Amino acid sequence: MNNVFVYCEITEEGHVAEVSLELLSKGRKLAGELGVKLEAVAIGSGIEKVSQEVFPFGVDVLHLADDPRLSPYRTLPHASIIIGLFKEEQPEIVLFGATSIGRDLAPRVASALRCGLTADCTALEIGDHTEPKTGKTYKNLLYQIRPAFGGNIIATIINPDTRPQMATVREGVMKKEIHSANHKGKVKNLDVSKYVKESDFVVEIIERHIEPQKLNIKNAQIIVAGGYGVGTPENFKLLYELADVIGAQVGASRAAVDAGLAEHERQIGQTGVTVRPKLYIACGISGAVQHRAGMDQSAQIISINKDPNAPINQIADYVIIGDVAEVLPKMIKYYKQNSK
Amino acid sequence: MTFRIVVLAKQVPDTRNVGKDAMKADGTVNRAALPAIFNPEDLNALEMALRMKDSIPGAEVVVVSMGPGRAAEIIREAMYRGADRGFLVTDRKFAGSDTLATSYALSLAVKKLEPFHVLIAGRQAIDGDTAQVGPQTAEKLGLPQITYAEELVSIDTQKVIIRRRLERGVETVKAPLPVCITVHGSAPSCRPRNAKLVMKYKHARTTTELQEETRDYTELRHERPWLQITEWSVEDLQAETDKLGLAGSPTKVKKIDNVVLQHKESKVLTAADNDIDWLMKKLISSHIIG
Ligand SMILES: Cc1cc2nc3c(=O)[nH]c(=O)nc-3n(C[C@H](O)[C@H](O)[C@H](O)COP(=O)(O)OP(=O)(O)OC[C@H]3O[C@@H](n4cnc5c(N)ncnc54)[C@H](O)[C@@H]3O)c2cc1C
Ligand SMILES: Nc1ncnc2c1ncn2[C@@H]1O[C@H](COP(=O)(O)O)[C@@H](O)[C@H]1O
Repeated sequence: MNNVFVYCEITEEGHVAEVSLELLSKGRKLAGELGVKLEAVAIGSGIEKVSQEVFPFGVDVLHLADDPRLSPYRTLPHASIIIGLFKEEQPEIVLFGATSIGRDLAPRVASALRCGLTADCTALEIGDHTEPKTGKTYKNLLYQIRPAFGGNIIATIINPDTRPQMATVREGVMKKEIHSANHKGKVKNLDVSKYVKESDFVVEIIERHIEPQKLNIKNAQIIVAGGYGVGTPENFKLLYELADVIGAQVGASRAAVDAGLAEHERQIGQTGVTVRPKLYIACGISGAVQHRAGMDQSAQIISINKDPNAPINQIADYVIIGDVAEVLPKMIKYYKQNSK
Repeated sequence: MTFRIVVLAKQVPDTRNVGKDAMKADGTVNRAALPAIFNPEDLNALEMALRMKDSIPGAEVVVVSMGPGRAAEIIREAMYRGADRGFLVTDRKFAGSDTLATSYALSLAVKKLEPFHVLIAGRQAIDGDTAQVGPQTAEKLGLPQITYAEELVSIDTQKVIIRRRLERGVETVKAPLPVCITVHGSAPSCRPRNAKLVMKYKHARTTTELQEETRDYTELRHERPWLQITEWSVEDLQAETDKLGLAGSPTKVKKIDNVVLQHKESKVLTAADNDIDWLMKKLISSHIIG
């Protein structure tokens, strides 16, 4: 069987993106299970150093395409390199981050290789499959598991007959884990001119405004999240106040973001970020499946909700039946009086 | 040569109103059981196309949609807002297509509209949220792509300048034509229906729809050819059937699970002072906070 590949996205600052490191961690496990190697592809300019960043994640081979024309990212040259490389290497599995780059690039690659691609997977597993009609069995397929249909169902997608099996995964969904600090792989420098043609550079970037990484609630240990039930901006301030005293970040449901109560970067869930803090305090959040998809891995969950039957209560460790406007000030007050 | 802008628009089940019978046993969507709407980001795409038409005299906007017969509804809707013509790619043999098979069929349809200058799609459709069909159609047609377009900066008959939305900022790019653009929901929303256009196009029908009408429209159709919504079948597109539908889709649905909550043993408290104090004390003493 052939190897597992991860497309390593390079950030504006020239490092390997978090999501790619998370995918290397997952890729390492999948490769281990299949008894194959883990390979990485990085494309950019002046990126020799990324080998040091990826090897501890257990990368056996790093394919490097280093050329001044390859940064900032543009679709066609990156796609040509990946398509050319994959035609030679015939990967078994390929993982991309579900970022604005990954979701621009992966479909283009899948179309050229005529293979399947599953967007926004929330879990990846290895398993077998028997075709119900023909009885034909397939060993060791990649189960690509994702919420579908607005999150009302969870679908397991497979690609029985085509290779590679490709998937995109959002940042924060997989866990980042160092494989071994001393692990050393091999670097293969790609001859860029072999893959890209002049016409790949027809789209010209004339201006860029990239903001430094803003607010990042993904790594917060404690999250106080507000939903539509918080109701008003005044009540939402209570969340900031509690977050401030207990050292937490503020998150939000999509309904709260849509209502203008919180910025989009704070949105947690299927179309927002995925978080796994040690404590998640859900305030006035009903717990729609799209929201839970981004927070149900939290170690402890507290739900503050007027409705005893809110779905979120079923996954909460503690349920406070009450009004956020009444409960939050009490929590703040107790903490101020009793900490330290 | 007419400056032609082709818009890909999809009719989607309204995923905010999903009922029990939404999925069929084979794991595909039971569209008949759901309210159907114009995919929201395709309306942003339509608006961008109409703005291009506004800035290039004589340009035309052509809408292409693939789906069952009733998808003609969104083609009419697009006409009411300013699209000039519509094509419906429809055939039983397309059923069950994944994004690869869909983009294959759409690329054949768009090819029939050559020479075109711009191909515009929405970023993603809300039924699958994949955002794959635009780039895959571009690849099949050998077009460069500009994804996540947020603003049309300028366009002429040779090139387009687009501002695109990235995760951490914006980027302005220039591309020669023809090009494929996918439009982000943060782009300007679509203009409303225009009363005159509603009058002009309210009798626009596909041939299949006409067969169900009681009145004979033959003459009207003759006088007003714009009322024809053309249907294209697998045969019309000369598509290879092994690249279509379930057979032509590398991705298969192995299993569908309805989302069921795993019930956790939770401790239920009230908003009374002693309950809140008890919980806070527990959190502090177990070093979860503080
Ligand atoms: C394709 C798709 C993707 C989506 N992605 C996401 C996503 O990423 N993230 C996300 O969050 N949502 C997402 N959604 C939306 C999701 O389905 C829900 O609509 C949303 O999560 C609901 O937010 P909410 O719980 O804040 O609001 P509601 O469902 O309106 O719930 C409000 C809750 O507050 C309680 N409440 C009201 N007043 C008070 C009070 N004074 N004190 C205490 N409790 C009170 C109510 O009992 C209720 O439980 C998505 C939807 C779709 C279709
Ligand atoms: N069946 C279809 N008919 C027309 N356009 C489509 C169809 N499917 C997808 N598209 C276009 O491709 C975009 C992305 O769709 P998706 O990859 O399904 O998220 C949509 O916003 C549409 O513009």
